Parts: sequence; structure tokens; C-alpha cells
Amino acid sequence: MTETPVRDVVIVGSGPAGYTAAIYAARAGLRPVVLAGSVTAGGALMNTTEVENFPGFPDGILGPELMEQMQKQAERFGAEVVWDDVTEVELAGPIKTIVTGGGETYRARAVILATGSAYRELGLPDEKRLSGRGVSWCATCDGFFFRDQDIVVVGGGDSAVEEATFLTRFGRTVTMVHRRDELRASKIMADRALADPKIRFEWNSEIVGISGDTKVTGVTLRDTVTGETRELPAGGIFVAIGHEPRTELVKGQIELDEAGYIVVQGRTTATNLEGVFACGDVVDHVYRQAITAAGEGCSAALDAQHYLAGLPPLVDDEVAVSAEA
Amino acid sequence: MSREVTDTTFDAEVLGSSVPVVVDYWAEWCGPCRVLNPVLDELAATYEGRVAFVAVNADENPGLVERFGIVSLPTLQFFAAGELTDVLYGARPKSMLVERVEAVLAAA
Repeated sequence: MTETPVRDVVIVGSGPAGYTAAIYAARAGLRPVVLAGSVTAGGALMNTTEVENFPGFPDGILGPELMEQMQKQAERFGAEVVWDDVTEVELAGPIKTIVTGGGETYRARAVILATGSAYRELGLPDEKRLSGRGVSWCATCDGFFFRDQDIVVVGGGDSAVEEATFLTRFGRTVTMVHRRDELRASKIMADRALADPKIRFEWNSEIVGISGDTKVTGVTLRDTVTGETRELPAGGIFVAIGHEPRTELVKGQIELDEAGYIVVQGRTTATNLEGVFACGDVVDHVYRQAITAAGEGCSAALDAQHYLAGLPPLVDDEVAVSAEA
Repeated sequence: MSREVTDTTFDAEVLGSSVPVVVDYWAEWCGPCRVLNPVLDELAATYEGRVAFVAVNADENPGLVERFGIVSLPTLQFFAAGELTDVLYGARPKSMLVERVEAVLAAA
């Protein structure tokens, strides 16, 4: 195991929040390290297609491309991006420790947590068994394989509508299954879906079963009003019922709310631990947008900068290390 | 970049390989595939000569997609001595990939 010197700031996560924090921290001369994740790098936008609502891109921009641009912008100012997963953190005390899957140990006086969220699962017994065999969380990845088949999209928010609209390119039919009797998605997205002749709706319905031996063949729906169940044939099921904050790393060390999100103080990004800041989807269960995450990432970098300014300066990495030892 | 195999070269290059093979199904439009690539490149370097890493463009090789019922990208298949021993769906952390590679090595 190798140990690196004490840094000013380490950023965990590389979505819009993490990279924006990195841009600001790097420009402030804090030489941030971004622990980007080995395969989750870029965050949730890596699984999207066109992002139409990020300001500055009037013609839209592809999610992965937007993330690549943010990464480059952070690196341009000296942020160091590391493609590894964080496996362990120790956030209490003046020097925080972060260990990666590759066996590196990072030490920093401030940590910015921007670990985002993971897809919420339906929680059905057959969901795991048939995942990769017709149950999917990524329409852009897997839609292609369901050409001329019946597709089910579960959920009623923006992501569900985005997926359903995208999947009409491939499916014979696309059926949105939603627990309520109207979409939760923004008006422009909802109108688009409601006007799409290829999209059908199963309102007031939830999925209580997935059938299929080696691949998905259909779902069992339950009417949330009458309780009646019925079968719906489908070759593909795309689950878009929201997200869970990715806080498993910090659970037990930092204050979380009852839903598992990191609690921050007022309009700041300060957590209950000194020198630890949090931003983006791991904090926000209200807005959950790329632009709000980016904004919070900026706040986190400024909060961290302000915090570090109140500490005695790190003269030089080497000195700091020997002083530590 | 992993070597590309196709509908025509798959049997010779994968089933006929003298070392275990990890097959990565990918496509241009798949974001998670893109993030998995550098990880697979690292593993290919680590296991050079002991495990072969190849890639199948799912868009261009409908025969293999049909044959193995691929409906999700990325999909990783692990072959030892011509036998499919393991399948992994989605972009998974490097540590998990290492475990599976070690397992296919042990199975060979």
C-alpha cells in the first residue's frame, strides 16, 4: 500500500457536481484529486442521450460528451482525475483518509462528497435473475435489442418519459406503467409522451411480477385502485423509478436523513463533520438536475476553500507529510 | 483497445483460444461501455499472455447477438477451453472484474 502526501482537497465522484467542484478548487490553486470511479465515472449523465436543458448548449449535447468536456475543463486547471473506486473513508478529525480499490491511500484536509445516486430497483425476486436478460436500467444501452418487441417502461418522471420516448425508435409498442393517474415529468416531456402514438399508458398500475425463464416474456400488473392483477406481455422492461443516494461509504460516519441522503447545513454544503462537504444527487432529493448538481459542486469548492483558508497553510506536500509523521 | 472479433472470427479466436477469453459486447451508443473500456485495457495489460481480452461490436455482429441472446450492453462473457463459464452484465467495478477473471483462470 502506497501513501500519498496530505492534500488540500479530495473530491469523491465525477458527475456534474464533482467536476464543477474540481474546476473551482483547481482554479483556486487547491490542486484537487478527483476520485472518479473505475466504471461509474461521469455519473448518471453517462447513461443519457441528448441533454436539452443544460444552459449554453442551444442545440443540446450528449450526456457523455458533456461529462468529457467537464473533465477536460477540470484537468485544464490542474485537477488530477483518478479512475479508481473509493472503498473506505475516514472522515473524522483534521486529516481525512480515503482508500481506493487500487490500494492507494489519499489524505486530505478537506473532502467533497459527490457520489451521486444509483438506480432504484423494483425489489422483485425475479428482477435480479432477469437483469441483463430483458430487465434494464439503461435505455440508450439496451433499447436496440428490443426492435419490434413490446417494451414496458416503469415510472412516471422525466427519466421514465425520456426512456419511453427514446425506446419508440425500436419497440413495436412502448407501455409506460405508472403508479399514479398522471405523469410526474415536466410538462414538455409529458406532453411529448402523451402525444406519441407509439406510447401507451397503464395508469394506476404497479409491477408485482416479472415472468420469463431465460429472458423476460412479460410482467404482472396490479391496479393500485382495485387491486386486480393482469398480465402484460413484454420482451423488455426498463426501470426508471428514481434513485437511491450512494452513501454506503459514509454511513455511520456522517449525518444522513431518513432517506439516506447526506444532510447539509442550510444553504451551504457543510456536513456535520468539519472539513467534509457534500453536493449533487447524494444531497439533493428535490431538484436532481445536472445544472443544480453543478451549482452545488461550485458551492462545495467555495465552502472548502473558505474552510481551508481558516487553517494553517500546507507549506509543501513533503513538509506536510513529515510534519504529519 | 481490445482486439475485435466478429461473427466470422469468433469460433476460431474465442472457442479455439489456448488461454481463457473475456469477450466484451459493446456499441458506439453505449455510455457505460465507454467507461468500461479503459478498465478492460488495464486488465488486458495485467493478464497479457494468460487471458485474452476481445471485443464484439454488437451493432455489427447480429449473429453473435442472436446466438448468445445478448440484450444488454455492456455484457462480458468468460470462456475457458471453449466453454462459456461466466457472464457479467453492466459496467462493474474493477475489483469485481478481477475476481471474475481470476475465477476463469482457475477454471481453465
